[in-house]
Amino acid sequence: MECSFALTGKDYVLIAADTTSARSIVKMKVDEDKIKTLSPHLLMAYSGESGDTIQFAEFVERNIRLYQIRNFYPLRPQSAASWIRRSLANSLRSRSPYTVNLLVGGYDSAEKSPHLYWIDYLGTMASVPFAAHGYGSYFALSLLDQYHNPEGSLEDGLDVLRRAINETAQRLIVAPGNYVVKVVDKDGVREVKL
Amino acid sequence: MSIMEHNGGSVIAMAGKDCVAIASDLRLGAGAMTVAMNFEKIFPVSDRIYLGLTGLATDITTLRDRFRYLVNMFTIKESRTIEPSTFAHLVSSTLYSRRFGPYFTEPVIAGLERTPSGGLKPYIAGADLIGCLNFAEDFIVAGTASDKLFGVAEGLWEPNLGPEDLFETISQTLLNSVDRDAYSGWGAIVYVITPEKVITRTLKGRMD
Repeated sequence: MECSFALTGKDYVLIAADTTSARSIVKMKVDEDKIKTLSPHLLMAYSGESGDTIQFAEFVERNIRLYQIRNFYPLRPQSAASWIRRSLANSLRSRSPYTVNLLVGGYDSAEKSPHLYWIDYLGTMASVPFAAHGYGSYFALSLLDQYHNPEGSLEDGLDVLRRAINETAQRLIVAPGNYVVKVVDKDGVREVKL
Repeated sequence: MSIMEHNGGSVIAMAGKDCVAIASDLRLGAGAMTVAMNFEKIFPVSDRIYLGLTGLATDITTLRDRFRYLVNMFTIKESRTIEPSTFAHLVSSTLYSRRFGPYFTEPVIAGLERTPSGGLKPYIAGADLIGCLNFAEDFIVAGTASDKLFGVAEGLWEPNLGPEDLFETISQTLLNSVDRDAYSGWGAIVYVITPEKVITRTLKGRMD
Protein backbone atom coordinates (compact mmCIF):
# COMPACT_ATOMS: atom_id res chain seq x y z
CA MET A 1 0.00 0.00 0.00
CA GLU A 2 2.32 2.74 1.23
CA CYS A 3 5.20 3.11 -1.20
CA SER A 4 8.24 5.33 -1.03
CA PHE A 5 11.26 5.44 -3.33
CA ALA A 6 14.48 7.41 -3.29
CA LEU A 7 17.66 7.66 -5.34
CA THR A 8 20.85 9.70 -5.44
CA GLY A 9 22.40 11.35 -8.47
CA LYS A 10 25.13 13.87 -9.17
CA ASP A 11 24.77 16.28 -6.24
CA TYR A 12 21.09 15.63 -5.52
CA VAL A 13 18.74 13.21 -3.81
CA LEU A 14 15.27 12.48 -5.19
CA ILE A 15 12.58 11.18 -2.85
CA ALA A 16 9.07 10.10 -3.87
CA ALA A 17 6.23 8.99 -1.60
CA ASP A 18 2.65 8.09 -2.41
CA THR A 19 -0.13 10.45 -1.33
CA THR A 20 -2.82 7.99 -0.28
CA SER A 21 -4.00 7.94 3.32
CA ALA A 22 -6.12 4.82 3.80
CA ARG A 23 -7.93 2.99 6.60
CA SER A 24 -8.87 -0.64 5.76
CA ILE A 25 -10.62 -0.50 2.36
CA VAL A 26 -11.30 3.25 2.38
CA LYS A 27 -9.07 5.99 0.94
CA MET A 28 -9.50 8.77 3.52
CA LYS A 29 -7.26 11.29 1.73
CA VAL A 30 -5.60 11.31 -1.68
CA ASP A 31 -3.22 14.28 -1.33
CA GLU A 32 -1.28 13.51 1.87
CA ASP A 33 2.33 14.77 1.91
CA LYS A 34 4.50 12.05 3.51
CA ILE A 35 7.85 13.76 2.99
CA LYS A 36 8.97 16.14 5.73
CA THR A 37 11.61 18.84 5.28
CA LEU A 38 13.79 18.51 8.38
CA SER A 39 16.27 21.26 7.54
CA PRO A 40 17.25 23.34 4.47
CA HIS A 41 19.09 20.36 2.95
CA LEU A 42 17.41 17.34 4.53
CA LEU A 43 14.30 15.38 3.58
CA MET A 44 12.59 12.45 5.28
CA ALA A 45 9.89 10.22 3.79
CA TYR A 46 7.96 8.18 6.36
CA SER A 47 5.63 5.16 6.20
CA GLY A 48 4.23 2.56 8.58
CA GLU A 49 1.65 2.49 11.38
CA SER A 50 -0.83 5.39 11.13
CA GLY A 51 -0.34 7.80 13.98
CA ASP A 52 3.14 6.52 14.87
CA THR A 53 4.35 7.90 11.54
CA ILE A 54 3.27 11.49 11.98
CA GLN A 55 4.09 11.54 15.72
CA PHE A 56 7.62 10.31 15.12
CA ALA A 57 8.15 12.42 12.01
CA GLU A 58 7.14 15.61 13.84
CA PHE A 59 9.28 14.62 16.85
CA VAL A 60 12.27 14.27 14.53
CA GLU A 61 11.44 17.50 12.65
CA ARG A 62 11.31 19.53 15.83
CA ASN A 63 14.47 18.07 17.34
CA ILE A 64 16.49 18.57 14.16
CA ARG A 65 15.24 22.17 14.10
CA LEU A 66 16.12 22.58 17.80
CA TYR A 67 19.71 21.61 17.05
CA GLN A 68 19.83 24.25 14.36
CA ILE A 69 18.38 26.89 16.69
CA ARG A 70 20.85 26.07 19.47
CA ASN A 71 23.94 25.75 17.31
CA PHE A 72 23.24 28.24 14.49
CA TYR A 73 24.15 25.45 12.08
CA PRO A 74 22.08 22.56 10.70
CA LEU A 75 23.02 18.95 11.39
CA ARG A 76 24.76 17.24 8.48
CA PRO A 77 22.74 14.42 6.81
CA GLN A 78 25.07 11.74 8.20
CA SER A 79 24.69 12.99 11.78
CA ALA A 80 20.95 13.60 11.49
CA ALA A 81 20.42 10.06 10.16
CA SER A 82 22.45 8.60 13.05
CA TRP A 83 20.38 10.58 15.55
CA ILE A 84 17.14 9.43 13.94
CA ARG A 85 18.34 5.80 13.93
CA ARG A 86 19.30 6.04 17.58
CA SER A 87 15.82 7.39 18.45
CA LEU A 88 14.20 4.40 16.73
CA ALA A 89 16.63 1.92 18.32
CA ASN A 90 15.82 3.32 21.78
CA SER A 91 12.09 3.19 20.99
CA LEU A 92 12.36 -0.49 19.97
CA ARG A 93 12.83 -1.82 23.51
CA SER A 94 10.53 0.69 25.19
CA ARG A 95 6.96 0.09 26.37
CA SER A 96 5.43 0.99 23.01
CA PRO A 97 7.78 1.18 20.03
CA TYR A 98 7.23 3.37 16.99
CA THR A 99 6.52 1.33 13.86
CA VAL A 100 7.86 3.78 11.29
CA ASN A 101 10.05 3.18 8.24
CA LEU A 102 12.03 6.08 6.82
CA LEU A 103 14.02 7.26 3.84
CA VAL A 104 16.32 10.10 4.87
CA GLY A 105 17.97 12.04 2.06
CA GLY A 106 20.17 15.09 2.28
CA TYR A 107 22.89 17.16 0.69
CA ASP A 108 26.03 17.82 2.72
CA SER A 109 27.05 21.38 1.83
CA ALA A 110 30.48 20.94 3.45
CA GLU A 111 31.51 17.78 1.60
CA LYS A 112 29.36 18.70 -1.43
CA SER A 113 27.89 15.20 -1.65
CA PRO A 114 24.40 13.68 -1.57
CA HIS A 115 23.50 11.09 1.10
CA LEU A 116 20.61 8.65 1.29
CA TYR A 117 19.75 6.41 4.23
CA TRP A 118 17.29 3.51 4.44
CA ILE A 119 16.04 3.20 8.02
CA ASP A 120 13.50 0.65 9.20
CA TYR A 121 11.35 0.49 12.34
CA LEU A 122 13.94 -1.62 14.19
CA GLY A 123 16.58 1.07 13.83
CA THR A 124 18.45 -0.65 11.01
CA MET A 125 20.30 1.98 8.98
CA ALA A 126 22.07 1.55 5.64
CA SER A 127 23.70 4.20 3.47
CA VAL A 128 22.56 3.37 -0.05
CA PRO A 129 22.59 4.77 -3.62
CA PHE A 130 18.84 4.07 -3.94
CA ALA A 131 16.14 2.64 -1.69
CA ALA A 132 12.47 1.84 -1.30
CA HIS A 133 9.97 0.94 1.42
CA GLY A 134 6.71 -0.94 1.21
CA TYR A 135 5.43 -3.43 -1.37
CA GLY A 136 6.65 -1.15 -4.14
CA SER A 137 10.21 -2.08 -3.19
CA TYR A 138 9.74 -5.58 -4.63
CA PHE A 139 9.26 -4.04 -8.07
CA ALA A 140 11.43 -0.94 -7.84
CA LEU A 141 14.72 -2.25 -6.45
CA SER A 142 15.59 -4.53 -9.36
CA LEU A 143 14.74 -1.78 -11.85
CA LEU A 144 16.97 0.60 -9.92
CA ASP A 145 19.77 -2.01 -9.85
CA GLN A 146 19.67 -2.04 -13.63
CA TYR A 147 18.99 1.57 -14.60
CA HIS A 148 20.32 3.73 -11.76
CA ASN A 149 23.22 6.04 -12.62
CA PRO A 150 24.96 7.47 -9.52
CA GLU A 151 26.41 10.30 -11.64
CA GLY A 152 23.18 10.97 -13.49
CA SER A 153 21.53 14.36 -13.94
CA LEU A 154 18.19 15.24 -12.38
CA GLU A 155 16.46 14.33 -15.65
CA ASP A 156 18.11 10.87 -15.62
CA GLY A 157 16.99 10.40 -12.02
CA LEU A 158 13.41 11.39 -12.82
CA ASP A 159 13.38 8.93 -15.75
CA VAL A 160 14.44 6.05 -13.51
CA LEU A 161 11.94 7.11 -10.85
CA ARG A 162 9.18 7.15 -13.48
CA ARG A 163 10.12 3.56 -14.43
CA ALA A 164 9.89 2.42 -10.82
CA ILE A 165 6.56 4.13 -10.22
CA ASN A 166 5.05 2.84 -13.49
CA GLU A 167 6.13 -0.72 -12.78
CA THR A 168 4.56 -0.55 -9.32
CA ALA A 169 1.39 0.96 -10.82
CA GLN A 170 1.21 -1.88 -13.32
CA ARG A 171 1.97 -4.84 -11.06
CA LEU A 172 0.92 -4.00 -7.48
CA ILE A 173 -2.73 -4.84 -6.75
CA VAL A 174 -3.50 -1.76 -4.67
CA ALA A 175 -1.04 0.57 -6.33
CA PRO A 176 -1.12 4.21 -5.22
CA GLY A 177 -2.35 6.65 -7.87
CA ASN A 178 -0.39 9.75 -7.08
CA TYR A 179 3.08 10.54 -5.72
CA VAL A 180 4.75 13.60 -4.22
CA VAL A 181 8.33 13.97 -5.51
CA LYS A 182 10.87 16.22 -3.82
CA VAL A 183 14.50 16.91 -4.62
CA VAL A 184 17.27 18.15 -2.31
CA ASP A 185 20.50 19.60 -3.69
CA LYS A 186 22.89 22.47 -3.03
CA ASP A 187 20.05 24.95 -3.53
CA GLY A 188 17.84 23.29 -0.92
CA VAL A 189 14.53 21.46 -1.08
CA ARG A 190 11.87 21.80 -3.78
CA GLU A 191 8.98 19.79 -5.11
CA VAL A 192 9.21 18.58 -8.71
CA LYS A 193 6.60 17.37 -11.19
CA LEU A 194 7.19 13.89 -12.57
CA MET B 1 11.84 -16.91 11.04
CA SER B 2 14.32 -16.34 13.86
CA ILE B 3 15.23 -12.74 14.71
CA MET B 4 18.90 -13.61 14.34
CA GLU B 5 18.29 -14.53 10.71
CA HIS B 6 16.19 -11.51 9.71
CA ASN B 7 19.04 -9.38 8.38
CA GLY B 8 21.50 -12.17 7.48
CA GLY B 9 25.29 -11.99 7.48
CA SER B 10 28.26 -14.00 8.70
CA VAL B 11 31.66 -13.41 10.29
CA ILE B 12 34.72 -15.64 10.72
CA ALA B 13 38.02 -15.14 12.55
CA MET B 14 41.14 -17.29 12.24
CA ALA B 15 44.44 -17.42 14.09
CA GLY B 16 47.80 -17.82 12.35
CA LYS B 17 51.48 -17.46 13.21
CA ASP B 18 51.87 -14.01 14.81
CA CYS B 19 48.79 -12.81 12.96
CA VAL B 20 45.00 -13.05 13.03
CA ALA B 21 42.41 -12.51 10.33
CA ILE B 22 38.75 -11.58 10.55
CA ALA B 23 36.35 -11.51 7.62
CA SER B 24 32.67 -10.89 6.93
CA ASP B 25 30.20 -10.64 4.10
CA LEU B 26 28.57 -7.32 3.19
CA ARG B 27 24.87 -8.17 2.81
CA LEU B 28 22.07 -6.43 4.67
CA GLY B 29 18.65 -7.95 4.08
CA ALA B 30 15.09 -7.54 5.28
CA GLY B 31 13.96 -11.14 5.13
CA ALA B 32 14.54 -12.47 1.63
CA MET B 33 14.97 -8.98 0.12
CA THR B 34 18.48 -7.52 -0.08
CA VAL B 35 18.56 -3.90 1.04
CA ALA B 36 22.28 -3.01 0.96
CA MET B 37 25.54 -4.56 -0.27
CA ASN B 38 27.89 -2.38 1.73
CA PHE B 39 26.86 -3.20 5.31
CA GLU B 40 30.15 -3.78 7.13
CA LYS B 41 30.01 -5.96 10.20
CA ILE B 42 33.62 -5.61 11.38
CA PHE B 43 34.79 -2.58 13.36
CA PRO B 44 38.18 -1.53 14.77
CA VAL B 45 38.31 -1.37 18.57
CA SER B 46 41.97 -0.47 18.83
CA ASP B 47 45.03 -0.66 16.56
CA ARG B 48 45.27 -4.37 17.25
CA ILE B 49 41.71 -5.47 18.03
CA TYR B 50 38.82 -5.88 15.59
CA LEU B 51 35.24 -6.78 16.53
CA GLY B 52 32.86 -8.55 14.18
CA LEU B 53 29.11 -8.63 14.92
CA THR B 54 26.40 -10.79 13.33
CA GLY B 55 22.66 -11.03 13.90
CA LEU B 56 20.11 -8.22 14.05
CA ALA B 57 21.52 -5.18 12.21
CA THR B 58 20.05 -2.55 14.55
CA ASP B 59 21.77 -4.26 17.50
CA ILE B 60 25.03 -4.49 15.50
CA THR B 61 25.01 -0.71 15.08
CA THR B 62 23.89 -0.05 18.67
CA LEU B 63 26.58 -2.36 20.11
CA ARG B 64 29.27 -0.86 17.87
CA ASP B 65 28.45 2.56 19.35
CA ARG B 66 28.18 1.15 22.89
CA PHE B 67 31.59 -0.60 22.70
CA ARG B 68 33.16 2.53 21.21
CA TYR B 69 31.91 4.42 24.28
CA LEU B 70 32.98 1.71 26.77
CA VAL B 71 36.46 1.35 25.24
CA ASN B 72 36.92 5.14 25.20
CA MET B 73 36.00 5.28 28.90
CA PHE B 74 38.44 2.43 29.59
CA THR B 75 41.23 4.24 27.76
CA ILE B 76 40.55 7.50 29.60
CA LYS B 77 40.32 5.87 33.04
CA GLU B 78 43.24 3.44 32.69
CA SER B 79 45.49 5.57 30.45
CA ARG B 80 46.31 2.54 28.35
CA THR B 81 44.94 0.66 25.33
CA ILE B 82 42.63 -2.25 26.10
CA GLU B 83 43.91 -5.79 25.50
CA PRO B 84 41.88 -8.36 23.48
CA SER B 85 41.19 -10.67 26.42
CA THR B 86 39.98 -7.76 28.55
CA PHE B 87 37.81 -6.53 25.69
CA ALA B 88 36.32 -9.99 25.26
CA HIS B 89 35.25 -9.99 28.90
CA LEU B 90 33.86 -6.47 28.45
CA VAL B 91 31.75 -7.79 25.56
CA SER B 92 30.62 -10.73 27.68
CA SER B 93 29.48 -8.62 30.62
CA THR B 94 27.78 -6.07 28.35
CA LEU B 95 25.74 -8.84 26.71
CA TYR B 96 24.92 -10.60 30.01
CA SER B 97 23.72 -7.31 31.49
CA ARG B 98 20.76 -7.77 29.10
CA ARG B 99 20.28 -11.45 30.01
CA PHE B 100 16.46 -11.32 29.95
CA GLY B 101 16.06 -8.97 27.01
CA PRO B 102 19.23 -9.56 25.00
CA TYR B 103 20.92 -7.86 22.11
CA PHE B 104 20.42 -10.24 19.19
CA THR B 105 24.03 -10.42 18.06
CA GLU B 106 26.87 -12.94 18.22
CA PRO B 107 30.22 -11.13 18.42
CA VAL B 108 33.60 -12.34 17.14
CA ILE B 109 36.78 -10.75 18.48
CA ALA B 110 40.20 -10.92 16.80
CA GLY B 111 43.39 -9.29 17.97
CA LEU B 112 46.98 -9.49 19.09
CA GLU B 113 47.52 -9.85 22.85
CA ARG B 114 50.58 -8.48 24.59
CA THR B 115 52.49 -11.24 26.49
CA PRO B 116 54.35 -10.61 29.77
CA SER B 117 57.63 -10.85 27.87
CA GLY B 118 56.56 -7.97 25.61
CA GLY B 119 55.72 -9.98 22.48
CA LEU B 120 52.39 -10.24 20.65
CA LYS B 121 50.30 -13.41 20.60
CA PRO B 122 47.28 -14.04 18.33
CA TYR B 123 43.94 -13.96 20.20
CA ILE B 124 40.48 -14.85 18.92
CA ALA B 125 37.23 -15.29 20.83
CA GLY B 126 33.52 -15.51 20.18
CA ALA B 127 30.38 -15.18 22.28
CA ASP B 128 26.73 -16.09 22.06
CA LEU B 129 23.98 -13.49 22.40
CA ILE B 130 24.05 -13.60 26.21
CA GLY B 131 27.80 -13.36 26.55
CA CYS B 132 29.07 -16.92 26.90
CA LEU B 133 32.68 -16.68 25.71
CA ASN B 134 34.39 -19.23 23.47
CA PHE B 135 38.22 -19.17 23.45
CA ALA B 136 39.05 -21.36 20.48
CA GLU B 137 42.66 -21.60 19.32
CA ASP B 138 41.89 -22.12 15.65
CA PHE B 139 38.81 -20.27 14.36
CA ILE B 140 35.57 -18.64 15.47
CA VAL B 141 32.46 -18.51 13.28
CA ALA B 142 29.11 -16.72 13.61
CA GLY B 143 26.09 -15.80 11.55
CA THR B 144 23.56 -17.40 9.20
CA ALA B 145 26.32 -19.37 7.39
CA SER B 146 27.97 -20.55 10.63
CA ASP B 147 27.30 -24.26 10.00
CA LYS B 148 28.92 -24.05 6.57
CA LEU B 149 31.77 -21.94 7.93
CA PHE B 150 32.49 -24.62 10.57
CA GLY B 151 32.70 -27.28 7.90
CA VAL B 152 34.97 -25.46 5.45
CA ALA B 153 37.20 -23.98 8.16
CA GLU B 154 37.70 -27.42 9.74
CA GLY B 155 38.85 -28.66 6.35
CA LEU B 156 41.10 -25.76 5.31
CA TRP B 157 42.63 -24.48 8.56
CA GLU B 158 46.04 -25.58 9.76
CA PRO B 159 48.18 -24.09 12.52
CA ASN B 160 50.97 -21.55 12.01
CA LEU B 161 49.83 -19.97 8.76
CA GLY B 162 51.63 -16.77 7.79
CA PRO B 163 49.71 -13.58 6.94
CA GLU B 164 49.49 -14.28 3.19
CA ASP B 165 48.48 -17.94 3.61
CA LEU B 166 46.03 -17.03 6.37
CA PHE B 167 44.43 -14.49 4.05
CA GLU B 168 43.98 -17.13 1.32
CA THR B 169 42.59 -19.67 3.78
CA ILE B 170 40.07 -17.35 5.45
CA SER B 171 38.98 -15.91 2.09
CA GLN B 172 38.28 -19.31 0.55
CA THR B 173 36.51 -20.44 3.72
CA LEU B 174 34.23 -17.40 3.74
CA LEU B 175 33.49 -17.26 0.02
CA ASN B 176 32.57 -20.91 -0.35
CA SER B 177 30.48 -20.95 2.82
CA VAL B 178 28.39 -17.85 2.02
CA ASP B 179 27.78 -19.14 -1.52
CA ARG B 180 25.74 -21.92 0.06
CA ASP B 181 23.78 -19.53 2.26
CA ALA B 182 20.93 -17.45 0.88
CA TYR B 183 21.15 -14.81 3.62
CA SER B 184 24.90 -14.11 3.40
CA GLY B 185 27.10 -12.91 0.58
CA TRP B 186 26.92 -9.95 -1.82
CA GLY B 187 30.60 -9.14 -1.29
CA ALA B 188 33.16 -9.79 1.41
CA ILE B 189 35.84 -7.90 3.34
CA VAL B 190 38.92 -9.37 5.07
CA TYR B 191 41.18 -7.77 7.70
CA VAL B 192 44.60 -9.37 8.39
CA ILE B 193 46.13 -8.06 11.62
CA THR B 194 49.90 -8.32 12.04
CA PRO B 195 52.20 -6.63 14.60
CA GLU B 196 53.28 -4.04 12.02
CA LYS B 197 50.05 -3.25 10.19
CA VAL B 198 46.48 -4.18 9.33
CA ILE B 199 45.77 -5.11 5.70
CA THR B 200 42.20 -4.65 4.49
CA ARG B 201 41.04 -6.35 1.30
CA THR B 202 37.63 -6.62 -0.35
CA LEU B 203 36.95 -9.92 -2.13
CA LYS B 204 35.34 -10.49 -5.49
CA GLY B 205 32.54 -12.94 -4.84
CA ARG B 206 29.22 -14.05 -6.29
CA MET B 207 26.76 -11.15 -6.15
CA ASP B 208 23.67 -13.20 -5.56
